[in-house]
Amino acid sequence: MGVGESRKRVDAFAKVTGEARYTADLMPEGLLVAKVVHSTIANGWVKSFDLSEALAVPGVVKIVTCMDVPDLPFPTPGHPWSVEPAHQDVRDRKLLNRRVRVYGDDIAAVIAENELAAVRAARLVKAEYEEYAPLLTVEQAMAPEATAVHEEKPGNVLAHSEFTVGEIPYEEAVREDGLTFVDRVYETHPVQHCHLEVPVSYAYEAEGKIVVTTSTQIPHIVRRVISQALGIPVGKIRVIKPYIGGGFGNKQDVLYEPLNAYLCQQVGGRGVKLELTREETLACTRVRHGLKFHLQGAARKDGTLVARKLTVWSNQGGYASHGHAIAANAANMFKQLYQDEKALECECYTVYTNLTTAGAMRGYGIPQSCFATECLTEDMAYAIGMDPLEYRLKNCSKAGYTDPHLGIGFHSYGLEEAMKKGAQWIGWEQKRKDYENQTGPVRRGVGMAIFCYKTGVYPISLETASCRMILNQDGSMQLQMGATEIGQGADTVFTQMAAEVTGITEDNIYIQSTQDTDVTPFDTGAYASRQTYVSGMALKKTGELFREKILDYAAYSTKRAAEDLTIRENQVVEKETGAPVAALAKLAEEAFYSLDRSVHLTAEATAHCKVNTFASGACFAEVEVDIPLAKVRVLKLVNVHDSGTLINPKLAEAQVHGGMSMGLGYALSEEMLYDQKGRPLTDNLLDYKLPTAMDSPDLHVEFVELEDPTGPFGNKALGEPPAIPVAPAVRNAVLHATGVAVDELPLSPGRLSEAFRKAGLM
Amino acid sequence: MLEILHMNVNGKDVEIPVEPGESLVDTLRNRLHLTSVKKGCEVGECGACTVLIDGEAVDSCLYLSTWAEGKRILTVEGLKAPNGELSRIQQAFVDEAAVQCGFCTPGLILSAVEIVGTGKKYSREELRKLISGHLCRCTGYENILNAMERIVEETYKVAGHE
Amino acid sequence: MYDISKCYQAKDAADAVRALMEDETAIVISGGTDVLIQVREGKLAGASLISVHGLPELTGIRMDEDGTLVIGAAETFSHITNHPLIQTYAPVLGEAVDTVGGPQIRNMGTIGGNVCNGVTSADSASTLMTFDAVLELFGPEGVRLVPVRDFYLSAKKTVRRQNEILLSVQIPKSEYEGYTGKYIKYGKRNAMEIATLGCAVRVKLSPDHTALEDLRIGFGVAGPVPMRCTETEAAAKGRKLDESLINEIGKGVLAEVHPRSSWRATKEFRLQLVEELVKRAFREAVEKGGGSFDA
Repeated sequence: MGVGESRKRVDAFAKVTGEARYTADLMPEGLLVAKVVHSTIANGWVKSFDLSEALAVPGVVKIVTCMDVPDLPFPTPGHPWSVEPAHQDVRDRKLLNRRVRVYGDDIAAVIAENELAAVRAARLVKAEYEEYAPLLTVEQAMAPEATAVHEEKPGNVLAHSEFTVGEIPYEEAVREDGLTFVDRVYETHPVQHCHLEVPVSYAYEAEGKIVVTTSTQIPHIVRRVISQALGIPVGKIRVIKPYIGGGFGNKQDVLYEPLNAYLCQQVGGRGVKLELTREETLACTRVRHGLKFHLQGAARKDGTLVARKLTVWSNQGGYASHGHAIAANAANMFKQLYQDEKALECECYTVYTNLTTAGAMRGYGIPQSCFATECLTEDMAYAIGMDPLEYRLKNCSKAGYTDPHLGIGFHSYGLEEAMKKGAQWIGWEQKRKDYENQTGPVRRGVGMAIFCYKTGVYPISLETASCRMILNQDGSMQLQMGATEIGQGADTVFTQMAAEVTGITEDNIYIQSTQDTDVTPFDTGAYASRQTYVSGMALKKTGELFREKILDYAAYSTKRAAEDLTIRENQVVEKETGAPVAALAKLAEEAFYSLDRSVHLTAEATAHCKVNTFASGACFAEVEVDIPLAKVRVLKLVNVHDSGTLINPKLAEAQVHGGMSMGLGYALSEEMLYDQKGRPLTDNLLDYKLPTAMDSPDLHVEFVELEDPTGPFGNKALGEPPAIPVAPAVRNAVLHATGVAVDELPLSPGRLSEAFRKAGLM
Repeated sequence: MLEILHMNVNGKDVEIPVEPGESLVDTLRNRLHLTSVKKGCEVGECGACTVLIDGEAVDSCLYLSTWAEGKRILTVEGLKAPNGELSRIQQAFVDEAAVQCGFCTPGLILSAVEIVGTGKKYSREELRKLISGHLCRCTGYENILNAMERIVEETYKVAGHE
Repeated sequence: MYDISKCYQAKDAADAVRALMEDETAIVISGGTDVLIQVREGKLAGASLISVHGLPELTGIRMDEDGTLVIGAAETFSHITNHPLIQTYAPVLGEAVDTVGGPQIRNMGTIGGNVCNGVTSADSASTLMTFDAVLELFGPEGVRLVPVRDFYLSAKKTVRRQNEILLSVQIPKSEYEGYTGKYIKYGKRNAMEIATLGCAVRVKLSPDHTALEDLRIGFGVAGPVPMRCTETEAAAKGRKLDESLINEIGKGVLAEVHPRSSWRATKEFRLQLVEELVKRAFREAVEKGGGSFDA
């Protein structure tokens, strides 16, 4: 019972039987159907519409355009709101936009009696544009002649920041004889989350409220943003989040829920559904930012890292969404992972362009950062002729490291151990030797990468969560969390945590999986690998309060001192001896119906988390490269994670598998591509290359399980980290195999064949 | 114009009206409320809508309902025993932690039913190929393959042939 | 819900042709895996469909008395792969269609559809080219037989008329007997792919397995339509099996193909694949036939 056990998921039964209901499964009959009309240019203005043909389609109820919507710009990222205006998210989009900023921007919406009519009419909406040259790269967007994507940001730089570590600047630090330098550009491109369930919602008015049921990671934030976008009070909005088919950060943005609510208002509160297609999901929701890094590093021949410098340009796409937080996070990990003896300089730009808006995606800037950081690290180790593992062990952050700016530290530290464990599993030492000096067309190599990752968003943003527990008449518990189950297993680990704290066994704990903002306590939601940590704190606090209240009642009922009692396996027992005092079921019944003292035992608490701790880990990959076919096959792959105490080892391992798979796609095949006009080319799951089972090797997982003193149960971040280190480990393994350093993701056949050709291998 | 369709769904004969352009996934979800059949791409690229038609796994999004006339359809709603017990394949998915968000799960279970139904023994590599028409973003396929291996092995022991 | 004006399920082949004649805008649908996608994309929105889905006349795989293999046009890929006649006499065709999409698509998509949609990437087409397969078309004037090598006109255009349907794909005995073959599909992924390049090679070796009696090379995506490399084939016939022959074939085909650049792959990379895949497929086909290059 409790934490540390590999319990089966609480929702597994419902999910293998089809009983689990997702948003589209809950829709009442008779909903109107909305379809968004998307722009066919990437940059410009909508001058006018011709709706005559579209309106003539039988079944069309109403067409709303960007000329009609309220002038209320709103933000979309799933961040806690800041009460300080300077720290508030950028409000840069309306429900529908006249100023077209991405190919496929939302310019109008059709509401119809059925799907066919909506689709037909949406195709017949004609827009006339004033068109500007599309700005697809940061270079194009930062050029002097570039149009401003947002007029309040001429020059298109959404934000710029810089920081340094050390007493002297980089240039001065590297004025030393005998240093080895690496100076390279590393680049990553946009990829997409590809949760299997597309974004989908439906909205209707009832009892004076707008009720929106939606597939989101952040129901409470969705409610706030609908309020901002429609200009109606938060209390008039009710958001319901049922089971969702994955999110990975895309549903940590408020996507189409405000528009759905607005369209519902436009038809007098009738129910309207808005379900995206896969094509819209890929082209019109969010992607992982493409980041371009210029990195410089200097090291001594003995392997001492002397100084590094980073400049990063983040391609934001058309709207701010999570904005500069991504590039800033990327620079932070570059700083946190290694210690430079003399100096570190970082400078970050986030630049508006006309590509698909980039937002949050599993790892939040760190997969990109890890790729660049670990390419540089590898290239420096090669440049001084040192084993890359040894070089990393020498220079990586050590136990006790604390970020000088943010104050985040390793409250538990397993990074070095993770490296050693992974190296041993893959057979590092032997294989580094075995694979030297290969000459054939098919060659093998091993490579590695490491990372660190914070847990939650403190101190950059507010960290708050709450929990509610209710005792049923039979001694069982209703558990209500504001934190959301998005597939990662949150409901199961919360159930285990609640059992651990209260002494009520898991089979007597009923977690409410659906969040309903009318009922559910507040939590900002599933992101930043925060829930087991921050929401876990809320649960622990609530559980302790709940147990205390039960024991108080037990003390009254049994006439004993509450401090001598505790609860174990649904029994109130003597703390010292474990002797049974009262069955919880009996006590609960009494508490409900006692003619003498009827008390409905509930507890609710908020945790305001003001601490943060680094998780870390390593990935090792063994690859086989078929040079003439420009193809990489991953033979062996291991991730080793330092994520504190595991609440549920089997589910933790499963989480890591998924992250590794996402990392593999990032390494080898996934990429959003656009043509010259900014039109997405890979907006379907045939051209967007998610790994299939035939593209995946066996995924091996190891943990360095150290109790973290700041975690509510010794735990720290695990959800996002698995996706982080795989791509650079694969790149470094390809480098080992072929001697060719590919500095851009993904290592797709096209990119590899070019690199091999340049290197004279083809 | 509606047409009357006769098929057997999860062991029960049904007779329902369908429209000419209706896909089987729409009929199963909207008319028969079998919402385990998921829509992930609508063009046969993700496998979430997989059902068995006369025992063969098919993407129901690319299948016109009128073609199902006289056919036997199976969805995961039809797998549980009358007493509510899970089938062995479903149980293997639960036990091996092969389920995460659950959106690809029903389709994969149905492919597993087809695969296991052959009674053949498959290597892990062969299983990879046999489930390659299903995309999953949560599991890296690792625990799904573990569940499949287990159930294929168990079945082979009982009723196997090469 | 697909945006179609109607879908008429033909009762038999003659009924399908009659329906196609009645409605000149109508198009044939069989497995649905191409046509329905185009309806959804809007390219065929509002289409009038004549369905030959699962027509008994168009299904089944049999061997005629003269040894001709006859594959019903509406046979699905998975049925072809698993059929004993195919496994015995034309295994390479079964292997080729086993690379289409994924298992569910292979349970739905048909060989007739694969050929009739006219695309160069069709996994069955390059292999059928190497078999000199014959297509049995049925129209208002009855049946006509068209060699697959004369079937393709240009990208997505074939000699099949609007009111004709494909009944079967036929492989004469002389075309399969004594041959071994290999199809290699190159895609970015190992499943759920449209070929970046497809290469089918079939060989017939001398009785002592040391020389090449016949060679067939077919490509998909090496040009606008599936193609054969007849010059390279002719030059290689009768040659002794050795490593230099592999390289000559690799270089030879480069003069015959004309792939283009697209965002999916550059012409240069496709040419690289043409050379590499034909060499690998040739080597494997020879080895399957009991030959080797050791001598």
